Amino acid sequence: MTGLMIGRRQLMAGVGTLALAAPWIARAQSNVIRIGEINSYTAQPAFLLPYRNAWILAQEQVNAAGGIDGRKIETIFRDDGGRPEDAVRIAGELLNAEKVALLAGGFLSNVGLALADFARQNKRLYVASEPLTDTLVWSHGNRYTFRLRASTYMQSAMLVEEAAKLPARRWATVAPNYEYGQSAVRSFKELLKKARPDVEFVAEQFPALGRIDAGATVQALAAANPEAIFNVTFAADLTNFVRQGSTRGLFERRKVVSLLTGEPEYLEPLGDEAPEGWIVTGYPWDQINTPEHTAFREAYRQRWNAHPYLGSVVGYSTVQAIAAMLKKAGKVETEAMVDAMSGLQFQSPFGQVEFRAIDHQSTMGAYVGRTVLKDGKGTMADWRYADGRNYMPPDDVVRQLRPQA
Amino acid sequence: MENLILQALSGLASASSLFLVASGLTVIFGVSRIVNFAHGSFYMLGAYLAWTFVTNLPRGHLGFWGGVLGAALAVGVIGMAVEMLLLRRIYRAPELFQLLATFGVVLIVQDLALLIWGAQDLLGPRAPGLRGSTEVLGLRFPLYELFLIGVGPVVLGLLWLLFYRTRWGTLVRAATQDREMVGALGVNQRMLFTSVFFLGSLLAGLGGALQLPRESVNLHMDLSIIAEAFVVVVVGGLGSLSGAALAALLIGELHAFGILIFPKITLVLVFLVMAVVLVIRPHGLLGRPQEAARGTGMAEPVIRAAPPALKWLGLAALIAAILLPPFAGDYALTVLTDMAVFILFAASLHFIMGPGGMASFGHAAYFGLGAYGAALAVKWLAAPMGLGLALAPLAAGLGGLVFGWFCVRLSGVYSAMLTLAFAQITWSIAFQWVELTGGDNGILGVWPAPWAAGKLTYYYLTLALCLGATLILRRIIHAPFGYALRAQRDSPLRAEAIGMDGFRIRWAGFALAACMAGIAGGLFAYAKGSVFPTYLDIPRSVDALLMVLLGGVQTLSGPIAGAIAFTGLQEQLSRMTDLWRLVLGIVIVLLVLFFPQGLAGAARSAWEARDARPNA
Repeated sequence: MTGLMIGRRQLMAGVGTLALAAPWIARAQSNVIRIGEINSYTAQPAFLLPYRNAWILAQEQVNAAGGIDGRKIETIFRDDGGRPEDAVRIAGELLNAEKVALLAGGFLSNVGLALADFARQNKRLYVASEPLTDTLVWSHGNRYTFRLRASTYMQSAMLVEEAAKLPARRWATVAPNYEYGQSAVRSFKELLKKARPDVEFVAEQFPALGRIDAGATVQALAAANPEAIFNVTFAADLTNFVRQGSTRGLFERRKVVSLLTGEPEYLEPLGDEAPEGWIVTGYPWDQINTPEHTAFREAYRQRWNAHPYLGSVVGYSTVQAIAAMLKKAGKVETEAMVDAMSGLQFQSPFGQVEFRAIDHQSTMGAYVGRTVLKDGKGTMADWRYADGRNYMPPDDVVRQLRPQA
Repeated sequence: MENLILQALSGLASASSLFLVASGLTVIFGVSRIVNFAHGSFYMLGAYLAWTFVTNLPRGHLGFWGGVLGAALAVGVIGMAVEMLLLRRIYRAPELFQLLATFGVVLIVQDLALLIWGAQDLLGPRAPGLRGSTEVLGLRFPLYELFLIGVGPVVLGLLWLLFYRTRWGTLVRAATQDREMVGALGVNQRMLFTSVFFLGSLLAGLGGALQLPRESVNLHMDLSIIAEAFVVVVVGGLGSLSGAALAALLIGELHAFGILIFPKITLVLVFLVMAVVLVIRPHGLLGRPQEAARGTGMAEPVIRAAPPALKWLGLAALIAAILLPPFAGDYALTVLTDMAVFILFAASLHFIMGPGGMASFGHAAYFGLGAYGAALAVKWLAAPMGLGLALAPLAAGLGGLVFGWFCVRLSGVYSAMLTLAFAQITWSIAFQWVELTGGDNGILGVWPAPWAAGKLTYYYLTLALCLGATLILRRIIHAPFGYALRAQRDSPLRAEAIGMDGFRIRWAGFALAACMAGIAGGLFAYAKGSVFPTYLDIPRSVDALLMVLLGGVQTLSGPIAGAIAFTGLQEQLSRMTDLWRLVLGIVIVLLVLFFPQGLAGAARSAWEARDARPNA
């Protein structure tokens, strides 16, 4: 029986490879540097498909420019299906069977943490691109893990700066019920209380991620009659929340401060129902005209015939960081690469970014602005770039948060 | 006060949406006894098709409402096609086997929807004429929600007319009660089943299409609705329409008011309700005890000693599993370790499903309890690996004793859904109690002791423990306890008459299976180095179920074959292609069509047919 089945499986494997093998599964070549990239492609396609497109673009650019001292880079993409235990298994596969030099990727925080712990245990480099959880670089931080994206704490801090300027005293919060939502609310409350001791939080809602009962949630928030609302919901939850909220007048005469809502991933699906006047973090891709961003936007448009999303910036910058690190390290050996990552300076579409030596967090920031409707589409106005290095806790606090090896 | 009344209205609107989906599910289950996982996919398809129709048809009333109804009809036709092409061929398979087929459909639809409609969430237009809001007691309330509140009772009324005032409805009710008798009286059952599937799928599609002005259309709709819809159906009583309506009302309102008091309750509320209802009323609010479906499956085959050939094959596989790994790479060892773990996990579920005769939809709870037992010991007691591994089956077994005490009193799908409720409650504790369990960020640093840190050593450790436990389970099935377990399954009355205490036997069997799943969970935790709530989430329970069904419920080697096939397939496919869900779904559907007894069952049938030939 067992023999029979393996036969069938191999047959399947054969058929699958012929018919469906993706172009990026390249065969081993001696003179390439291989990167193992793990992400939740089937679980989070909206963010990750533009991410992978930009990754491929960046890799092509690096290779066209002569690679790393003549060696080309090559990436093996794998889907973890949103399960940390699968991500760990795949990490082992990439290191042992595919002989990758380093690991990268991760979207969900728990996947990122599982990979970070795997990297620590196996003493291999892991460059986390997206997972936002603060613990990744602080309480669970380790020598082998670096994170690109501005963390939950940093993005909350950016918004608190704006929120503290508002006259509102009575605040309500709504956040998806998992670590990201909980810690965003916690950071926001702490920081806002510090900046404005006179504020009070009158209601909080924690709908289950992806399953918000928007009508009831909106009604419950309205019943507490807050002057301002801090929103952390995103994707489908956000859409449903906004629809119910605007029909029921929740946002009238109330200020809303909202995490990630300015990202095209979440703003675009709202179409002409995008809320106006929310203070958000995001990415006004059509308005940023710095030379490095314009070059990125045009290259992306040429290669993929679409505009970049925030996921694209994250994917692109991760490759840029890895390429800069490889050049700095001079050799493909984990300890040298880790040393090179620490304090690494590199050029991203958002400008110069540094991986801080103190906690391995990059200083990549986010754009903070106001949402407006233009031509029936939501976009950002009055935005500014909030550089990540200005939204970190003081160094001595970071040292306390992070286990010092 | 006004606020509370509005909260109640919001609850009514949700209840109405929920009822639409659940009514379709309960109608299908009542007649065909199929646990239809694909119902959520039909709901999602309804929403996507409605989006396509409405955005392409001219704006206005006709375009919108025509689009919504068109989508519902289209989904009805899709459901009909699934019944005729797939399910019709496997009605005679063992109970719950059809679940495997519908799960294949879920996987296929997920990838097809991604291919057709893309990854971005889609926002449909609002309903013409119902865009705005109206004043209720001085507060604003959306018109469309008022409309939805009306739709639920109207659909309930129409269904009632259909079932109680037409000949077709009478036949469906008759078939719900006793489908063999209906068949014996000369009613064309095929037509009846197909039309019921059409109606049920249409209702799911309508439910999805009517969400268009309310919610964004996205790829997660299927799985987010299916569990809740099942809960409504079970709480109401399987096959009972008015029960489903009552349950939807109960859950919608509890939800709306629950979040005022416990904002975090949304995670677990529906499952708490289900657990309470099932403990008090074992057949749901308005359900009746089910008549045993006659004639669908034959009496369960007697378990015999393995034929010599199988013994040799097993021995050969064992020798290969011991001798070959030193020559395999690290990654192959990881996969083999995972397989060993899942073999034990599947075998433990098979123990209660096959010989025990009790399905479990929440077996991951015990896997997860084992993993968390070990991980918590590491985190809070700094326990060495040996102690962690010893605590794993204890924690899981304890959970099995407590939950089993409730679950084994119930029968059939009710019992299975109660196990699911307990699993989800356990999951939400692991998820919510951040201080103890780390919440969804899990517990890190659960690595094996230095002596077992090598991949090969850990593989042998896992192999020894998992294989040992699997063989013990096998031995128990052949022991007097196993005979008692099978006796109470096959004929509870006779078993009681000769002095067996069915409840105690089932209870002990349940706890034992939980224990064994706990061993698997503990080993898995150390293999991965971390523990997360996903270890005891629904998908893992479903995985176990799929392994057992794929291998074949009525053979002892079934779970082993199923576990190897399922983990192997998933691992290979996800490395090979982005569309692994599509391919896996198709493979599952094909396996179901060609091996309705499961893989090991098919092998046995082939074997017995060959044996029988010389005598004939």
